Amino acid sequence: MFTGASQFAFVSVIASGGSPWAGAATAALLGTRNALYGLRLGALLEVAGWRRAGAAQLVIDESTAMAIARDQPADSRLAFWATGLAVFGLWNLGTLIGALATHALPDPKVLGFDAAPPAAFLALLAPRLRAREPVAIALAAALVALVCLPFVPAGVPLLIVAVLVVLFGLRPQ
Amino acid sequence: MSWPALLVAAATCYAIKLAGLSLPQRLLQDPRLQRTVPLLPVALLAALIATQTFATGGRLVLDVRAAALAVAAVAVLLRAPFLVVVAAGAATAALLRLF
Repeated sequence: MFTGASQFAFVSVIASGGSPWAGAATAALLGTRNALYGLRLGALLEVAGWRRAGAAQLVIDESTAMAIARDQPADSRLAFWATGLAVFGLWNLGTLIGALATHALPDPKVLGFDAAPPAAFLALLAPRLRAREPVAIALAAALVALVCLPFVPAGVPLLIVAVLVVLFGLRPQ
Repeated sequence: MSWPALLVAAATCYAIKLAGLSLPQRLLQDPRLQRTVPLLPVALLAALIATQTFATGGRLVLDVRAAALAVAAVAVLLRAPFLVVVAAGAATAALLRLF
C-alpha cells in the first residue's frame, strides 16, 4: 500500500480499537481519488504493459500534482516518474526506520504521538478546502462521525460518513 | 490478526490506481464522478481528525489533543511544511501533559 492517507487511516482505525476490515475499507475509500488521478494521467503518460503496472503504484497526490502542472507531455512524464520514484523510495525508507525504531521509544503518549495523526490528516486536508462546499462537507463529516461514534464500533463512523458523502455527491441536480 | 485485511487493503489500493490508468478517458467527463470522488477524501480526512482528536475508545472526550489540533491548524494557516505541522501537534500534546 503506497498512498499515505490510506496507510495512516488503516493504522488509526486499528489503533482506536476498530476491526482491521473497517480499516481496510477506509483505506480503500480514501484511495479512490487515485483512480481519478490515474484517469487524468493516462493520456499524459502513454504507458502500457509492465510500465503501466509500475506507473500505477506511483499514482499519488504528489506525482499527479507535479505531472499535470507541466505544459509539455515530456516534462509531465519526467515529473511523474521523478516525483513518484523519489517519494516511493524516501517514504518507504521512513516507514522502515519508524517500524524499527518503535522498540526504542517510550510510551508514545509522552511524546504526543497520539496527537500526530490528526495533525497529519489536517495537513493533508487543508489543500482540499479551497472552496466553500468542501469546507461545509468537512465540518458536516466531522460532526456526523462524532455523533455516531458512541453508538457504533470503532471505524464504522468513517464508513457512515463515506456512504453519506457518496449519496450527496451522486444526488440528482 | 490484521495481516489479511492489510493485504486486501494494499491490493485494493493498487487495483484502484491501475484501474484509473486503464479505464477509458471518457469516464472523466462524467460530472457526477468528477464531483463525488474528490469529496471522499475531504469527508474521510475530516472524520478521521474528529474521531482521533475528540474520542478515546467509544467515548467522546476533550483533552490536550484538542489544543494540539488547534496548534496544528495555526501551523497549516502559516503554510508550514507537513512535518512541521505534525511536529507542532505532537509537541503541543507532549508539553501540555507535563503540567
